[in-house]
Amino acid sequence: MKLRAARRRKQTIFRRVVVGLISLFFALPLLGMVEFTTRAPGGGRTLDTWATLFDLGAMDQDYPELKAGILASAGLTVLTVAIMLVMLVPTMTWVRLRLPGMRRLVEFICLLPLTIPAIVLVVGLAPVYAWVAYLLGESSLWLAFAYVVLVLPYAYRALDAGLSAIDVKTLAEAARSLGAGWPTVMWRIILPNVRTAVLSAAFLSVALVLGEFTIASLFSRDNLQVAINLLSKRDASLAIAAALAALILAFVVLLAMSFVGTGRRSQRPEEN
Amino acid sequence: MAESPTTRASTGRKPVGALLGVVPFFAYTTIFLGIPTLIVVVGAFLDGSGRPTLGNLSALAQPQIVSAFVHSTVLSAVTAVLGAVFGALLAYAVSTAREGGLMRRLVASLCGVLAQFGGVTLAFAFVATVGFQGFLTLWLQKVGIDLAGSTWLFEPTKGLILVYTYFQIPLMLIVFLPAVEGLRPQWREAAESLGGSTWNYWRHVAGPILAPSFIGAILLLFTNAFSAYATAKALISQGSPITPLQIGGTLSSEVILGQENIGKAMALGMVAIVAVIMTLYAVLERRTTRWLGR
Amino acid sequence: MKTRMARRSGVAALAAVTLIGIAACSPPAKTTDSAGTGGVKASTATSAQDLGGMTSLVDAAKKEGTLNVIALPPDWANYGEIIKGFQAKYGLKVNSAQPDASSADEITAAKNLKGQSKAPDVFDLGGTVASANTAMFAPYKVTTFNDIPALLKDANGLGVSDYGGYMSIGYDSGKVPAPKTVADLLKPAYKGKVALNGDPTQAGAAFSGVVMAALSQGGTADDISKGVAFFASLKSAGNFLPVDPTPATVESGQTPVVFDWDYLNVAQGKKLTGKMSWKTVIPTGAVVGGYYVQAINKDAPHPAAARLWEEYLYSDEGQNLWLKGGARPVREKAMVAAGTIDKAAYAALPKAVGTPVFLTKEQNNKANAYLTANWAKAIG
Repeated sequence: MKLRAARRRKQTIFRRVVVGLISLFFALPLLGMVEFTTRAPGGGRTLDTWATLFDLGAMDQDYPELKAGILASAGLTVLTVAIMLVMLVPTMTWVRLRLPGMRRLVEFICLLPLTIPAIVLVVGLAPVYAWVAYLLGESSLWLAFAYVVLVLPYAYRALDAGLSAIDVKTLAEAARSLGAGWPTVMWRIILPNVRTAVLSAAFLSVALVLGEFTIASLFSRDNLQVAINLLSKRDASLAIAAALAALILAFVVLLAMSFVGTGRRSQRPEEN
Repeated sequence: MAESPTTRASTGRKPVGALLGVVPFFAYTTIFLGIPTLIVVVGAFLDGSGRPTLGNLSALAQPQIVSAFVHSTVLSAVTAVLGAVFGALLAYAVSTAREGGLMRRLVASLCGVLAQFGGVTLAFAFVATVGFQGFLTLWLQKVGIDLAGSTWLFEPTKGLILVYTYFQIPLMLIVFLPAVEGLRPQWREAAESLGGSTWNYWRHVAGPILAPSFIGAILLLFTNAFSAYATAKALISQGSPITPLQIGGTLSSEVILGQENIGKAMALGMVAIVAVIMTLYAVLERRTTRWLGR
Repeated sequence: MKTRMARRSGVAALAAVTLIGIAACSPPAKTTDSAGTGGVKASTATSAQDLGGMTSLVDAAKKEGTLNVIALPPDWANYGEIIKGFQAKYGLKVNSAQPDASSADEITAAKNLKGQSKAPDVFDLGGTVASANTAMFAPYKVTTFNDIPALLKDANGLGVSDYGGYMSIGYDSGKVPAPKTVADLLKPAYKGKVALNGDPTQAGAAFSGVVMAALSQGGTADDISKGVAFFASLKSAGNFLPVDPTPATVESGQTPVVFDWDYLNVAQGKKLTGKMSWKTVIPTGAVVGGYYVQAINKDAPHPAAARLWEEYLYSDEGQNLWLKGGARPVREKAMVAAGTIDKAAYAALPKAVGTPVFLTKEQNNKANAYLTANWAKAIG
């Protein structure tokens, strides 16, 4: 007992020091942005830029592309996360269970989007998107197809870590031998056990979509980062404030997402 | 017990029914990943008028292109290891917190946001902090430490490493946390009750379990840094010392035209390098999983 | 085993080839063309007369309702006001995409978005890219075509210069002393402060910056080696910043000295009045000029709007708006003679002392070759 308590104390100190130091490292550049956006002409601090940013009526009138960008990015986020989860989670589970030989191939495919810089990928995506525009229209929302591909490397790695941590085969076989169909196995057995991994994959997707600039810009479509970039040509400190606000917004969204599915978890009895 | 489907699959023959399960994935990636990649690869073998040539590939042997590849590889490897080590430390630290507690959520959400924070804004933020006129530089100068002695922030081997690590650490946390959380406390207790020390636990129990995910995450971090473009472009707009910047130059230059296919050849080179690293990773992973007899 | 694998890879290869074939052919194009009273479609009209006069052109453009422009940041030669003026005058909506795009990116965007309604209608290109891509332009002569000097236009109207400027040094007079010559920038007062707008092997503005440095150091338009050497010494003195100067870096003080076109530096100064004193100076005896070229996309999704845009740009109103932004409009001489030029803005242009140098194609190519071989080494 004393050993446990001592170890827990050591862990707490370790945790606080590590998290504290690394959080400080993360905070510094963000502070640099805050410092720039609160500069008053002639020295001193002012909140003018932030006041302008949150004057929603005036912002909508002066910079209408910002609102269009925010709406487009919101739609893109939902669409990308949905397509990614629906496509990747069942596929990865299936490969683990039935087609272990394909694992390397799936892994390579999921790493490929990251090996080619987006600026070159656009050259190859252009003909594909010409067809998408012809068949589905030219809405910014259809960028989600490309975004899912961009997010594959990150989502794969997060899901792979989660699926490795549980014994997928035994769980699935046990459920199947008890008469569960495949949808039940996926939804009620596998998914709850890889909750952290799914959440991580969703986190990365949300963050990627909200931070993506290159592909949306090169296809001349609307998107949050494209709008912020256009804003920066007219008012630099307002754009930096908008970028910082977008980061905070993404943080809040992710924090809210982390509460999804906790209800059931906390009610399950502790494993012995 | 009836022959389980898994033993049949592991003998190498793939039942058609099982293959159907992965058709949606392969169809999707063929359209939105396979075709673009093929177009780029084919483009690497064409010249300006569309005729097949090996000239683009031989152009890759030019000294500045080779040195860019070297710089890129070194930069990516260093930031991958740095990000992996500190990210893993952070992941472990966070996993010791109370499950469902606020700290874990806050850190995970923060890292989720910062993992994709990049481009012009990140470069600006760093210059605004540790550049010549950065607030931290000026503050440290008052205290007596002079950071602004040189343009270190804008060199690929120094400043860029720092800036890339900024988004590599959060990425590592997000990707590695699920693995660390898979460590059961019972294993730690079992190791202790058998008389093992902390070192023994890490060396023989937790280490081998986490190793495949750790190495896989390093691979992800490497490729993430390898193809990162926007941040480097804003920070080092002169001289294109790394490969993605050179590729950008071939595609966007309004001074020297007609180099796009060399850019595609460079992209092919990047894919080749990552393929090599992936092979090494596969070998390494096979050896580490053998420890658990999986 | 082997035959199965061989068959599988054969099937895969065949699939790959088919897929590329499918992807390479474009989907059927959607054409929306408005025929003017002259019976000529807007996309082939070579002047307003072809469509039956200006009123018909305006009507046709209004029917199209939108104009797509690319690579026109609002603070570049006063394009922000020009776009607003055009929208207000004709009631058309202007979509301004990719403000950071280079001239080459504009052409790439036109190719990538061909057939889609978001493809750029008009281009504003640097000279090199314009001459290399005339196959993508539609010839059009604006009503004021004859006012434009012959050297600055294509005889058929394929690509016509629209505005130009001289290379300059912009600086924060509160932070650094005024540089009287380019060589002044090597002094320790400028440590870690001097930035060039882009890489000279990629961006036209940066290229001209190196030429200006060469001229100031005794070089000529035929030999820019002294310019490259200057930047090399700037780097070794620790004065040269490789960071990309943007409005944000200028405003935050990260790049107190910037080599850029005079109209861009002047615009920065105007934007920052009250926050900092940003001055622009053209070095004496090192006056490097460059004109940008306006062209219409042959496959413009809004051909009438594109032509109306050009009429607006080359009208007195459009040219004076460029002048207001600090750029020198191409119809300068004609407008001065006719008295239609904005006299106040004209007088406010930065003073250029010395004979302006405009590089010829051969000089361009020679300089490019030199830069490709030596720039990365010099500042690496």
